[in-house]
Amino acid sequence: MAKVILRRIVLGFIALFVAMLILFSLSRATGDPRYIFIGPEGIGIDPEVWDLMGEKLHLDKPVPVQFAYWVSDMVRGDFGESIALQRPVLQVIKDRLPNTLKLAVASWILGTIIGVPLGVFSATNRGKFLDYLFRGFALLGQSLPIFWVGIVLIFFFAAQLQWLPAGTKGEGGFISFKHLLLPAITLAWYPAASYLRITRTAMLEVLDTEYVKLARAKGVGMYTVWWKHAFRNAIIPPLTLSVFVLFGLVNGTVIVETVFAWPGIGRLAIEALWATDFPLLAGITIIFGALYLLMILMLDLVYAFLDPRIKYS
Amino acid sequence: MNTFISKKNIGNKTDRSMWNFPLRMFFIMRRYPIIPMMVIGLLIITAIFGTWMEPHDPIRADVLSRHIPPFWMEGGDTKFILGTDALGRDVLSRIIGGASVTLLVVTASVTTGVVVGTGLGLVTGYFGGLVDDVVMRIVDAWGILPQLLIIIIIVLTFGQGLFVLIGVLAMLSWTGAVRLVRAETLSLRSRDYVLLAQIAGASNTRIIFRHILPGVINMVIVTATLGTGTIILTEASLSFLGAGIPPPDPTWGKMVGDERMYVGAAWWTSFFPGIAIAMVVMSGNFLGDWMRDRFDPTLRQL
Repeated sequence: MAKVILRRIVLGFIALFVAMLILFSLSRATGDPRYIFIGPEGIGIDPEVWDLMGEKLHLDKPVPVQFAYWVSDMVRGDFGESIALQRPVLQVIKDRLPNTLKLAVASWILGTIIGVPLGVFSATNRGKFLDYLFRGFALLGQSLPIFWVGIVLIFFFAAQLQWLPAGTKGEGGFISFKHLLLPAITLAWYPAASYLRITRTAMLEVLDTEYVKLARAKGVGMYTVWWKHAFRNAIIPPLTLSVFVLFGLVNGTVIVETVFAWPGIGRLAIEALWATDFPLLAGITIIFGALYLLMILMLDLVYAFLDPRIKYS
Repeated sequence: MNTFISKKNIGNKTDRSMWNFPLRMFFIMRRYPIIPMMVIGLLIITAIFGTWMEPHDPIRADVLSRHIPPFWMEGGDTKFILGTDALGRDVLSRIIGGASVTLLVVTASVTTGVVVGTGLGLVTGYFGGLVDDVVMRIVDAWGILPQLLIIIIIVLTFGQGLFVLIGVLAMLSWTGAVRLVRAETLSLRSRDYVLLAQIAGASNTRIIFRHILPGVINMVIVTATLGTGTIILTEASLSFLGAGIPPPDPTWGKMVGDERMYVGAAWWTSFFPGIAIAMVVMSGNFLGDWMRDRFDPTLRQL
């Protein structure tokens, strides 16, 4: 067991290293990285700044040495300086991260508490009206473009009904909750749909087993059987999904934060794209990659705790 | 089958109820994905013959006809069935024009991604060893990078363009194909018929293409179809964010993105392109589900 976990950790570090290599190769892909950093309009840049930049990036040394410098800087927490904002990348990310976490966690919870129970009900009502209704909900969630959902919600609840604000973060307890509502719903629909589908499949499988039928035959109440006997054994697939959902929300936040002008990491990434701010984007990507790696490792541990039958081989 | 009316009664000559015909049609439609096929057929036809179907020029702006609503609304004009956008361009024509971009980008990227992924999966699964290690480490590393962010970085590095877009979207699907095909190849490699082929002196190339590929191709096609929806949505999202194909070519995602600030005043400009995206994605998902049930029931779990 300990050996397996150790192996996972080593593999994880290798993956992170290769990911850094990929990003580094991208920054050097078009020759001089300064052309990407400054963009095609940067032709008229001060030669002094140009040289200073080259010195900072160790461009006078061979490429593998440049990579070694880059990695060692990152390991020490120095992700370089954002070109557009003229501030250390780590600090910029630190400022924006709480907003994104708030939005992501809110929609993660929302997606889970909507998707998982609906999946269970969909399975227990198989073939009936509710099943079709919930599956339709899931189908829409997986087919509608997320930015479009956001815009339609803005149209109805902000422009027409004027119940909720159309964007930005808002300050203060209730006001910020009102601001959070629309983006969180927009972001939560897709994960809710995934949860629903996967929980439904898992539940259907468990409901078909002998011990569930036996429990029913013995006279155990329907709801007890569903929630205590069946659901507890159908929990692994949605649990696995939850880590991927949280990670997938990173993609979603980029879009939702753009739609709702939410001042988080996702919008920062888009701003960085327009400002051709490569170090900032690379920093965001590597930090999220490392966080994701950490979550997968933790998931492995939770598995072993939740389901002792799982043996690592 | 779990339906409210037993299948035996449908089409029964003695049953003269008014629901007989519609229900029979319903069951036929359930057996074959007719509506999704129709939507995708329509997409292909509009993509190919779009230039002749557009009522107006999708690119030419006309300031005099800005934000005309759809024809059934007050102030609408039957000349512009779905209304016009902020630059006075016909929304319907732009949706028709966007079909070709969607179809081209999605087909090209899915094909590229799946072919590369399948090839690598076959090679790594069959030969193992160093190639396997190297490719799988790259697949792992690719897996931990947030997809949309890495795509944005690639767009930033290489600039916007059709081929860059196809390339980055192809990269979305290749890792999944590698993993699936590799796992399946590993199990097929030790089957008797492969061993016998080896004993009979067949070359590795022959074994891979004649004996292993037919065993994995169904799964590859099914998962590729199931993944098409995600690719379309990502393409639309990239266009929406302005990182897709550079203007002025219309794409559905860009139409929504360009017009989103006018949603309060002119909802139709961003509403209809979104419907078009959703319909195509939904058809892809339906078709994928159907193909999975039909060709590869082992994948039910996905």
